[in-house]
Amino acid sequence: MNNLLEVVGLTKRYGGIAALDDCRFGVAEGSITGLIGPNGSGKTTAFNVISGYVRPDAGSVRFAGRKVRPEPAKMCRAGLVRTFQHPRVFGTLTALENVVVAAAPPWWATLTPRVRRRDRDRALALMEEFGLAGVAHQPAGQLSHGQRKLLAFAAALMSEPRMVLLDEPSAGVSPAVAEVMERHIKSSHAAGVTFLVVEHNLSFVMRLCDPLIVMARGRPIVIGPPAVVQADPGVLDTYLGAWR
Amino acid sequence: MSARGGALRRARSGGLWAGFFAALLALPVVLNAHWLLNIAVFTLMFAVLATAWNLVGGYAGYPSLGHGALFGIGAYAEALLFAGRDVGAGYGPFLAAAPIGVAVALAALPVAWIAMRTRAEVFAIVTITLLFITQALAFNLRGLTGGAQGIALPVPPFAERTFEWPYYYALLALLAVALGAAFAVDRTKLGSALLAIRADEDKARGVGVHVTFVKLLAFGLSAAFTAAAGAIWAYYVSFVYPQFAIDPFIAIAMVLMTYLGGRATLWGPVLGAFLLAPAQQLLAYQFGSSRLYLVAYAAVFLVVILALPRGIVPTLAAARQPGPAYHVSVDRVRARRERIGS
Amino acid sequence: MHSAHAIVQAVILGVLTGGVYALMASGQTLIFGVMRVVNLAQGALVLLAAYVAYSLTGGLGVDPFLAIGITTPLMFGFGVAIQLLFVRPLGAGDRAELSLLVTFAVALGIEGLLTVLYNTTYRSIEAPYADASWSVLGFQVPAVRAYAFALSVVLLAALIALLRGTRVGRAIRATVQNPTSARLLGVDVDRIGAVGFGLGAATAAAAGSVFGLVYPFNPSSHYELIARLLTIVVLGGLGSIGGAIVAAAGMGVISSVVAVTVSPVWADFAFFVVLLAVLLLRPRGLFGPALRGAA
Repeated sequence: MNNLLEVVGLTKRYGGIAALDDCRFGVAEGSITGLIGPNGSGKTTAFNVISGYVRPDAGSVRFAGRKVRPEPAKMCRAGLVRTFQHPRVFGTLTALENVVVAAAPPWWATLTPRVRRRDRDRALALMEEFGLAGVAHQPAGQLSHGQRKLLAFAAALMSEPRMVLLDEPSAGVSPAVAEVMERHIKSSHAAGVTFLVVEHNLSFVMRLCDPLIVMARGRPIVIGPPAVVQADPGVLDTYLGAWR
Repeated sequence: MSARGGALRRARSGGLWAGFFAALLALPVVLNAHWLLNIAVFTLMFAVLATAWNLVGGYAGYPSLGHGALFGIGAYAEALLFAGRDVGAGYGPFLAAAPIGVAVALAALPVAWIAMRTRAEVFAIVTITLLFITQALAFNLRGLTGGAQGIALPVPPFAERTFEWPYYYALLALLAVALGAAFAVDRTKLGSALLAIRADEDKARGVGVHVTFVKLLAFGLSAAFTAAAGAIWAYYVSFVYPQFAIDPFIAIAMVLMTYLGGRATLWGPVLGAFLLAPAQQLLAYQFGSSRLYLVAYAAVFLVVILALPRGIVPTLAAARQPGPAYHVSVDRVRARRERIGS
Repeated sequence: MHSAHAIVQAVILGVLTGGVYALMASGQTLIFGVMRVVNLAQGALVLLAAYVAYSLTGGLGVDPFLAIGITTPLMFGFGVAIQLLFVRPLGAGDRAELSLLVTFAVALGIEGLLTVLYNTTYRSIEAPYADASWSVLGFQVPAVRAYAFALSVVLLAALIALLRGTRVGRAIRATVQNPTSARLLGVDVDRIGAVGFGLGAATAAAAGSVFGLVYPFNPSSHYELIARLLTIVVLGGLGSIGGAIVAAAGMGVISSVVAVTVSPVWADFAFFVVLLAVLLLRPRGLFGPALRGAA
């Protein structure tokens, strides 16, 4: 199987609780894979471990066939970037600078102007697509939540990654913005980017993702296309079980 | 902020800087008294120190409270190079400041690398500790530093009436170079990388910023200018004692000046230095012999921080350009969410 | 070259010294935990307590250890005042960085005040038992340091008991772990901040008497104190009292052993090298919280 991302045996405990419990799954190259599950199932922890923001107690992550030490810098260089549910942008830089910074220029370009014509053209084109061209020169700290999410997504695409981890792209944004996000996921996907999307908005996810990984109690319980997942009694149980 | 507006702003700002330096060039002619020239020399020195500190403490967001150690090492280097020597016309020691700066910066990089693996408060503490350890070493390595007796530097044969002039112009030149470096940082990708690191270092790593390289580059520049200023200072005061060369006062003064003027701005450190350094010297003249000096200094200090926490330049900029009101609450909500760690 | 005896003697002295520093450092790390503030005035507070004890001892003939009963509530009040006047007005955003400058200014202010009141002559607290020492298993144990160590242990135990057992203590620990959640649970975080600061300053009270008994001091002595305290809290991990205790013991022992085996001049330097080595491997210190990572 052509898995761009493979996680094996991931375990992470916080105190007595296992956020991840021998978690194993793979993400096929060229797919938009969804990662869903109720609160506490370990989705965000899995993201944090894969992208290197949290160190696991056990387990390994393989990206593009090679075992990578999950650290944000290494992951980015390998071609994996992520966004955050609460968009983390660089508040004191302008929106345009945020995008340009994410293009990760090589170290010898350090003393070139902040936004050269070449950078600007690419970045502005990207921002145009996201409808952010109007706020390009505003400090990112002044943007609204929805604008920041779009900005974070645009910035993530700037380094031409092979895979993007999207952390709840539709959370906290208006339906219009959610639709823009969905459109861009699809168009980037068409251009060859693989996506792993964590989401609570099930209709968003069912429309967009195939396959779906359903997590509960720190590990996947069902992996399959939306139709299969929707019909699976175990999945229903997981989501509703807490209210029994 | 259109491109055209940007060009106009740049021209206006360039004009301001040109005027500023022109005024500074002419100043010694106007200031006729030695005590005034003395204040001017120290003001320029602190302007260099604050500008240099701003690279690490302002742009990168790593508040170093130990830069005074670099200053002192530069001072001792100058002293060791020239003690007991004949300085001829007296300009040699000025030229030595540059290579001293570079040497100290290079030597400090490994320590900086270790220290910068920590963040914020831990970093601040490590640098303070560095300061005190360096001072202790200066006192104790008597063979090298002369211990508490200090090291004497030769007095140059400058004309008595214009004695301070060479020091003044040397520091002015150093300030110009330092500001040039700060300008390079502010306008290039180095600046955006540093600001990104300051805003969110982990995310900066995650988008591929070369965090370690950029941090060390900023630190190296900062250290070089600080040590060079120390070298010129040593030559000026002619005597290097451990408690004055490696002085927590100097370390904190450059920090306070940058905070007052505004961190991560070009004018901020200079403004802060030009306001506080003369005030500091005047306070010393007024109260220095009396024991109220420290209390007065502390009081000024506290008033400045509590009244202008963001610094002058950013406060003025914000007043001129009020952003939409809602973004303030969004930031607070975000900050609160991040603290919950959801 | 140095006998095992000398080294063990050094270790004993080191542990005794470390105990006192542990008390001061715990106060400092507690302040950080509760308010995310590095209190650069902690050394100055110790000195302030030392001078008050000095005046009480010299002027009224009070025993320096008993003077602690007076200095502790006094310093607690001081700590609360500092928090209210100078730290709380700082906005949440810049508080971490600005508090460094603010507490340094407070330290300078205290130093200035002490200079005005007592000038720069070195002082020392006199006690009749100042030079007494016992011989235990062939090793010298100075009486003052032994009393100081015992007192520190008792006070540290009391502090830990307070933090674990009382409502205020739990509120403090909650605030240390997560101020927002604590607020949601009804904790008055602002008031707890003041209490935490007060407690931190109170630990300086006991340390002040002891410090004054053992070392001669003048108003500028706070620099070397704060330098050591900061190294200890960083090594132990900011916010961790257990870490501060371990690190203080370590500092005491390492400095003492180096002072005996190499030279007193290198004692502090050796400890600093240890600190750098630890930070190299573990930037958060021994028991410190993980540096900010995941959102």
